[in-house]
Amino acid sequence: MSCHTRRVPLELSPRRELPKTLTGIRGFDEITRGGLPKDRPTLVCGGPGSGKTLLALTFLVNGALQFDEPGVLLTFEENAEEMASDVASLGFDLRTLIDKKQLAVDYVRVERGEIEETGEYDLEGLFVRLAFAIRSIGAKRVVLDTIESLFAGLKNDAILRSELRRLFTWLKQQGVTAVITGERGDGLLTRQGLEEYISDAVVLLDHRVYDQVSTRRLRVVKYRGSYHGTNEYPFLINADGISVLPVSSMALQHDAPLERVSSGIDHLDTMLSGQGFYRGSTILVSGTAGTGKTSLGVHFLDAACRRGERCLCFLFEESPQQLLRNMRSIGIDLEPWVTAGLLQFHADRPSRYGLETHLATMHTVVADFKPTVTVIDPVTNLMTVGTSGDVQAMLTRIIDHLKTENITAMMASLTPGHNAIERIDSTISSLMDTWIVLANEAVGGRHRRGLYVLKSRGMAHSNELHEFALTDHGLRMLHRTGEPDGRSNQYIPERVSRDAGV
Amino acid sequence: MPVFDGAPARPISVEQTYELRLYVAGQTPKSVLALANLRQICEQHLHGRYTIEVIDLIATPQLAQGDQILALPTLVRRLPEPIKKIIGDLSNTERVLVGLDLRVRA
Repeated sequence: MSCHTRRVPLELSPRRELPKTLTGIRGFDEITRGGLPKDRPTLVCGGPGSGKTLLALTFLVNGALQFDEPGVLLTFEENAEEMASDVASLGFDLRTLIDKKQLAVDYVRVERGEIEETGEYDLEGLFVRLAFAIRSIGAKRVVLDTIESLFAGLKNDAILRSELRRLFTWLKQQGVTAVITGERGDGLLTRQGLEEYISDAVVLLDHRVYDQVSTRRLRVVKYRGSYHGTNEYPFLINADGISVLPVSSMALQHDAPLERVSSGIDHLDTMLSGQGFYRGSTILVSGTAGTGKTSLGVHFLDAACRRGERCLCFLFEESPQQLLRNMRSIGIDLEPWVTAGLLQFHADRPSRYGLETHLATMHTVVADFKPTVTVIDPVTNLMTVGTSGDVQAMLTRIIDHLKTENITAMMASLTPGHNAIERIDSTISSLMDTWIVLANEAVGGRHRRGLYVLKSRGMAHSNELHEFALTDHGLRMLHRTGEPDGRSNQYIPERVSRDAGV
Repeated sequence: MPVFDGAPARPISVEQTYELRLYVAGQTPKSVLALANLRQICEQHLHGRYTIEVIDLIATPQLAQGDQILALPTLVRRLPEPIKKIIGDLSNTERVLVGLDLRVRA
């Protein structure tokens, strides 16, 4: 090596990643850092119903509609004609794309065992058809779905294999980015070992049913010459098509804004060094049943809407109608914000899907609504659908995502009993920037409510327990005599102070 | 592989004309061999009652889709119906005859 070689610090050297082709599939382009390898074939494999064909078709349709890259679909499926109507339900109008020359479809039929074979042959006919289709519309993208069907129709495996090898090499010379689908095989990624021929990128799709709950997952098994996320990522197939969740970002690189947002309760803001929460931070509100967690969340939402911010509220216990009604009883009417489009509710039964699907759904809803404030009530209900480890992993992903988007999030956590506060919440509390604990105590024949800030990163916060009341004008802090007042008081029930380790 | 159960599926009359199409892509050794083999078989077994149309997909690639051509060379028997396909260089005369329904599968 020449002694004149300039030494470039590693982190400053330009990334020599291969050129890529965006798929336009939400999340997928993020985990692959830009999509599929450009002008190369990618293998997408998975079992029946895992979403291979849909992923491949979305790649084509997005190419035509978003990136001005026409595409060719060479399909070997026996019921290919039905496909057009199937994907129509996802908003794909294949007919129109074909008419506009943005898509060319060739249905390849292989008559099983009907063909007499005598002597040497090759698959040049397939090449001719593919080349013709590519040329006819100037295609930049190609999908072969599912080429393994050839093995059922033709008997000479040796010829097939050498021809497939030739096909994939040929594809690279056509200037097209190709997706080849393959059926998951025993001990192999695909039945016919296509991964042996397509070595640039391999994506594995999986559809599992665990505890009667179905979850789809996607993994980039291989991506030559590129960094990529290696985790299994949950993905969703819904009315909007396919979306993948880049659930854990590569590193902790969130901005740490200095801007503050009000909790909606003046006194609580005072307790948080006078200015409320940091924007983009995550707040845990924990307490036993009936301690006012939801009320606190609703104050937060109401205040944000008053500032004109967009708010998203995930409910895992009540319906939006119930919440709206109940909160009117403490004098907070959220209905106008809903009408104005500033506030959106998203209510789901936790048991309806697996954790990943919840995560994926929340991700999608956040991406669609683009809120600046989010409330999840109660986040603990999700624990019923997974182990604490899974829940923690999922919350890490959600919080990660919310922080990246600079969304301030408040999560309510239902604590089953007084003594369990720390234990239950410890799985998620480390992820939280601010932790507010609510507690009830019957003292002297009176039900008293208390609130304290257990932690709040990056600010000098109050360490005292403050009593409050839920009035028909919302949550009001009380002083010692029980009158509404802005000052702190000495109400410290013995049991709560012990639990909190104060 | 279908098992032959005795009589041919349908009797073919002696006067029946065979309309054959041979799909190739250029003058490859396989395609030249296939055409030569086909001519010889036809002369021997279908003298005077066959037509051979050679389709070069290099010149007319759009024709590949219609007859569902994948492998080359492919011989298509368009008449008598049903349509039959034989792929390869037709070097095994016995199999070509079976494929054309000119001989019962042994």
